[in-house]
Parts: sequence; C-alpha cells; structure tokens
Amino acid sequence: MSIANNFFEIFSLPIAWEIDESALNQKFRALQLAFHPDRYANKNDFEKRLAVQTASTINQAYETLSSPLLRAQYLLELEGFDANQESHITSDGQFLMQQMLLREALGEAKESANPKDALVSLSIEAQQTAAKIQTEFAQHFNAKDYNLAFDTLAKMQFACKFVKDICSLEAELEEL
Amino acid sequence: MALLQISEPGQSPQPHQRKHAVGIDLGTTNSLVATIRSGSADILPDEQGRNLLPSVVHYEAEGVSCVGYEAAEHSSSDPLNTLLSIKRLMGRGLEDVKRLGTGLPYNFAADEGGMPKIKTAHGPVSPIQVSAEILRKLAGRAELAFDGMLDGAVITVPAYFDEAQRQATKDAATLAGIKVLRLLNEPTAAAIAYGLDAEEAEDENAQRLIAVYDLGGGTFDISILRLSKGVFEVLATGGDSALGGDDLDHAIANWLCAELGMTGDLDPVEQRVLLEAAKCAKEELTESDQVELDILDTTLDLTKDQLHELVDGLIDQTLSACKRAIRDAGLKTNEIDEVVLVGGSTRMPRVGQKVGELFDRQPKCSLDPDLVVAMGAAKQAEVLIGNKSADDMLLLDVIPLSLGIETMGGLTEKLIHRNTTIPVAKAQEFTTFKDGQTAMSIHVVQGERELISDCRSLARFELRGIPPMVAGSAKIQVSYQVDADGLLNVSARELSSGVESSIEVKPSFGLTDNEITQMLQDSFSHARDDMRLRALREQQVEADRMLEDLRAAIEKDGETLLDASELNCLQVALDELQALRDSCDDHRQLANQIESVGKSSEDFAARRMDASIKQALAGLSLDEALDK
Repeated sequence: MSIANNFFEIFSLPIAWEIDESALNQKFRALQLAFHPDRYANKNDFEKRLAVQTASTINQAYETLSSPLLRAQYLLELEGFDANQESHITSDGQFLMQQMLLREALGEAKESANPKDALVSLSIEAQQTAAKIQTEFAQHFNAKDYNLAFDTLAKMQFACKFVKDICSLEAELEEL
Repeated sequence: MALLQISEPGQSPQPHQRKHAVGIDLGTTNSLVATIRSGSADILPDEQGRNLLPSVVHYEAEGVSCVGYEAAEHSSSDPLNTLLSIKRLMGRGLEDVKRLGTGLPYNFAADEGGMPKIKTAHGPVSPIQVSAEILRKLAGRAELAFDGMLDGAVITVPAYFDEAQRQATKDAATLAGIKVLRLLNEPTAAAIAYGLDAEEAEDENAQRLIAVYDLGGGTFDISILRLSKGVFEVLATGGDSALGGDDLDHAIANWLCAELGMTGDLDPVEQRVLLEAAKCAKEELTESDQVELDILDTTLDLTKDQLHELVDGLIDQTLSACKRAIRDAGLKTNEIDEVVLVGGSTRMPRVGQKVGELFDRQPKCSLDPDLVVAMGAAKQAEVLIGNKSADDMLLLDVIPLSLGIETMGGLTEKLIHRNTTIPVAKAQEFTTFKDGQTAMSIHVVQGERELISDCRSLARFELRGIPPMVAGSAKIQVSYQVDADGLLNVSARELSSGVESSIEVKPSFGLTDNEITQMLQDSFSHARDDMRLRALREQQVEADRMLEDLRAAIEKDGETLLDASELNCLQVALDELQALRDSCDDHRQLANQIESVGKSSEDFAARRMDASIKQALAGLSLDEALDK
C-alpha cells in the first residue's frame, strides 16, 4: 500500500532540496502518534499489519528527507535517475585529486604521533568540503541542471563516505 | 441520574470495562510483575509480600517442582536440576553457549537444530520452556491479584537483544499462555517509569537528552534517548547481551579459586559455593572497605581496592559501549543532560562512580533499580491495552544490530543498519540462476561484521512456488519487515506474475511454529478440561473485542466507506458471531468464526486506514485521525 505519491507529500512539504526541518520533525511525530503500531495494539492482526506497514513508510520517508545525501538521491530518483548506485563516478578531476590527497592525509593521520589531533583538523576540512558540495548540488538542482546535479551527487557520496571513515577511525582510537 | 450498572458475578460487564494488563521484567537473576492501580505503578508481590521472583526453576523427575525462592534453595544441593540465569541462553545456539562460557554448570544436549537443551531429571528442556515457567508463575501472581484473567502483558527485553533472543522471549510468553502487547526495551521502560519526558515541562518544546545505563544480572544496555513531552525517541543503543553482574561475580570467584589453590575442573557444587561467596563479598563491600570470607574451611580477606582491580576491566567494557552509543547518536558526552542507572548491578558503588566520571555528572538512581523496568512496562501496558488514553505518549525505538543477508563468498550485505527507527521495511529484488528454478534460499543474519561467520545467524528462509521461467527473467521481490518489537517477517513475490512465494522459516536457534504448537498441546494435555475452558474464555474475549471494534467502526465509517450490500454482509456476519459467542462452547468453532469475520472485514479495515491516512496527510485534522 502506498500512502502518498512521494515522501514529500507525506509531510505536506514541497518537493525541493531546501527543507523546513522543524516542520518535518513536527509532522513526523504527529503522523507516528496516529499510525505507530502501538496505537493498534488492540486491533486484529490485519489492522496491526497495516499499521506496521504505514509506520514503516513514514519512518523511511523521514529518514530519507532528514539526511542531505539520501534526500539528494531521492530528488534525482524522482527526476528519473538511477541515483542509488555507487559505481557512478564524477568526472571532476580536480575533485578526485583533492579526495585522493584527503585519503592520503587520513592514512598519515592514522600513523602520526598524535592521531586524535590530526583527525580533528582533517574532520573539519572534510565537513567543510561536504557543505560546499551540498551548496553546489543545490545550485544545479534548483537550476534544473539535473545532469550536473547527478554528477555532484557522486561527489556527495564520496565526501559522506570520507566523513564516515574519519568517524569510525575516531571511534577505533577512542576504544583502544 | 443514571443508576449504577452491576453485572452478575462471573459475567462480563459491558464494553469499556477496565482490562487487566501488566508489565513483566523477565530478568536474568530476578523477575517481576507490575500493574497500574489508582494511577501509579505497583509491583505485585507474592503471598509472602515479596516483590521479586528469583528467575530460578527446579526440576524433578515428574516435571517442575518449584519456581522462585523455593527453587533457589536447591541451587547448591542440586545444581544440575536447578536452572538459573537462563536468560543468558535465550535465542542462543549450543556453539554460542560454549563460546560465551556462561559459567553455568549444566549438562547440555543439542537437538537437531543445534539449539541447546538442558538435561534435567525431567529430561531435556529448552531455555524457552524454562522462561515460560517463570512467566507462568508471574502471570499467576497477577491473576490472583486481579481475581480474573490477564488480558495482556508488556514484556521487557534488553535493548541489545538480537532478533533471535526477542523471538525466544515472545515464544516463551506464548507457551505460558500470555498475550504479548509489546516487547519493550528495558532502558526505554526505565525512562517511562521515571517520567523523564514530563520533567521541566514548562517549555513545551524542551528536548532533553538522556542516557540510560542498565547493568543487569546477565546483560548490559546503554540507550541514548531524546525526550520531549510524551515522546521517547531512542537515538542509539548499544551494549552486550552477555555481560552483567554475573560476570562480576565470576571475576571474583576466579580470584577466590586462585587464592584457594583450586585447580582443574570444579564440580558443580564447588562452583556454586564459590559464586555464592563472590556475590556475598560484592554485596558486603558496598558498605565496608574489607570483608572476611569463610570458604571451604579457609578464611580469606578481600579489600575494596582489590575488588576494584577485579571488576574495573569489565566496567570499562561497558563504558566503551557507552561512548560508541553516544557517537552513534551523533552527540558528544557533554551534551547528555541526564544519566539514569538501572539494573541491580548498578547498586555496586564502583559502577555509579565510573559512569559518573565518564559523563561528568551525578547519575540519577532515585527509583529502585530492581523495580524500575517493571514499573515502566506496566505504564506502557496500561496504555496499549486501552485503559488509558495514549494521545500524548509515543515510543520510537531502534533496531540494535544491523540486519543483513549472506551473499557470495560468505560475505554480509547489510539491509537495515543498526539504530534505524523501527518499524522498518526493506525490499530487494533477486532473479533466478537456472532455467525453471522454482525455489531459493535466503540466509538472514544480524551483526556489524563483514563475514557471515562473525554475525549471528537468524534464520534461513526458503522461497518456494516461483513460477518456472528462463534463468534471469524472474524478478523476485523479497520484503523484510521489522516490527515495533524488533521481530523480523519476510515475504516474497514474483513481480512479473504477481505470484506470492510460500516461505518456510528455519530459525537458526529458535523454535519453529510447529514446535511451539506441539509444546502448547503437550502442556494442555495435563489438564485438558481446564485448558479447554481457558481457551474458550480467551476466544470469547477475542470475539467481544472484535464485535465492539467493528460495531464502532461501522457506526463511524460504515455509511461512507461501504455500499449497502457490503454493509449488510458485515452486519449479518457480526450477528452470527454474536450468536455463536453467546451459545457455543467449542473454542475452535468460535476461533474459526472470528477468523472468517476478520477476513471479510479486511477490505473495510484497509479502506478505513486509507481514509485516516488521507485525512492525516491533508493535515485537516490530526486529532480526528487519532480518535479512530
């Protein structure tokens, strides 16, 4: 059962890159208050199953729209792109070079005398890069340059993966 | 003025009567049952006024001889037939049990599935059966207190329990004849009991970040929650479902063992004696700085500092899990507003001290750490059973461990990542490998590691009935649905033909539906008439609920959502059900009729759901949608 034409419609929000986070949060809670399976604990199995499906869709929609990367992917899927593939690579050579340098820096940070401090500055740089790419995506998407937006999405995936790798390295160091 | 309506004794009063719901904390060491009376959560004690029920079952040749305190008395004299800490074996395979080295002195026997069974004087019993005995005892306490049947229960589980452990818990409840309203995570239950969401409520939009540190007898949980008025949103959870107070006792017992110069394998009685001494020492040292122990004719001294040396490593493991959970929640330690201590093992001052140091604040422990989980579960049960309006309470929980499937080369492909809000669904498409292939098998695992062998095997799903086609042309969509209890359901459909595949589930370390049915029947045959009466009563309750429900639904939406003939059909079906409910004494016949009415009202239910979704989405009136 599909409950709406798209995830934005579920929260009565316009299909757009920019999102009103507080409205999203508020509507998410209101919807879960109505459709969470706990509201159907006393109903028969069929109605319980419907509630589980509805609540799952609401959760998935909320997760997708809350995350910049997933939201960007989803927006392009709505435009007919197969956006959920990791094999898609950007053609921006400068960006790729920068990513390679960042990766090298990450390797060096790991081996350095004080890896925790080295990671802090790297982490700031990575987050700035990620923010910059998001702005780039917004420009292309809002200008309906979907091919360029699609290319930027590949960069976004790169940058997100890098931020994630820094986080897990930080976690590793903390647990030593 | 309306007169009070009083029904005849034994007859059910009319709709909207109060229902009997309880919260059950099924613990490693102790279990409890609680309910809401005059608005507050009360633990239901036994006839001697004792709140706790030791999670201990003693078996004799004829079967269970006793449960709880009486059973615990046998623990040193008859260790092999006195089963305790059974929660550590729930949902585990025999290999896990050996690897984890639970330190339990039992003789295990594997059944065909590799599931551990414990050899007792009564024969081999599964951990699920043992847990069912404990649940049955607790349900008995409740029914005595209510002087009536139990309508439903919320049963708590460690947040870090995997799907197999949750399923085992639910199966135990089914065996005990208890209707499970919900499996609730223990830390979430504790947060509810504290009513932390309601604090500082002057500001309607205030949000608070809470860490619940729950160290029980055999499990450790950490949950990070975001609370705003009425909403308990779990951001991340972590822990170790095989680390608890028991392990602290074992660390001390090992030290004792070394000090006493005991080597080689200890016999079960010696093991128990050492563990008892370790437990005593641990408890004594909460108050004093040194304790003198008399064990097996030797006197030993243990100081507080020595104790700390023995247990600090284990406590540090829990702190690592705390840090990981905070990071998973996307937070920093200093952003946590409040830390709550739950579980009997947090009574040990060293635990509170070290947790306090990590979060740099005094942890909260104003409610009894042994009782708080059951109290929270009782509050939730009261809401779910429908006694209390639920308009302003919402629990959003997460899946504690990633869910994945086995791919080529023994690798895991993650489908649902840990700390995703549940319920959640994921779909995947597969195709066939050979011409005319009609079946395939999917191996579902849970865990964070890359290799299948490092994850927990949950079940193998065999899909059958795929229409025969050329290799690669079938498109099989497999849907994985995790419900609000954290339990998995898999369904599959061939997309081009629309044919639903039949799925046979082979749980890796659990019972199949058939096994549960068999066990239920075995327990019925003991007291056949009694059980028949009970089963009839259960079906009557079910029929009443359905009649009440559907009549209300028809009154509200019948004219708008059904045409005249549909409405008439449903009315007739309801009248028939009512007639059968009032006259029939065969529970199976009544159950069949209930099922058939349920089936014929599915369309109506789906339309009502659609209508309420449309209504909610239109944002016209959320309040009305709630008032379904």
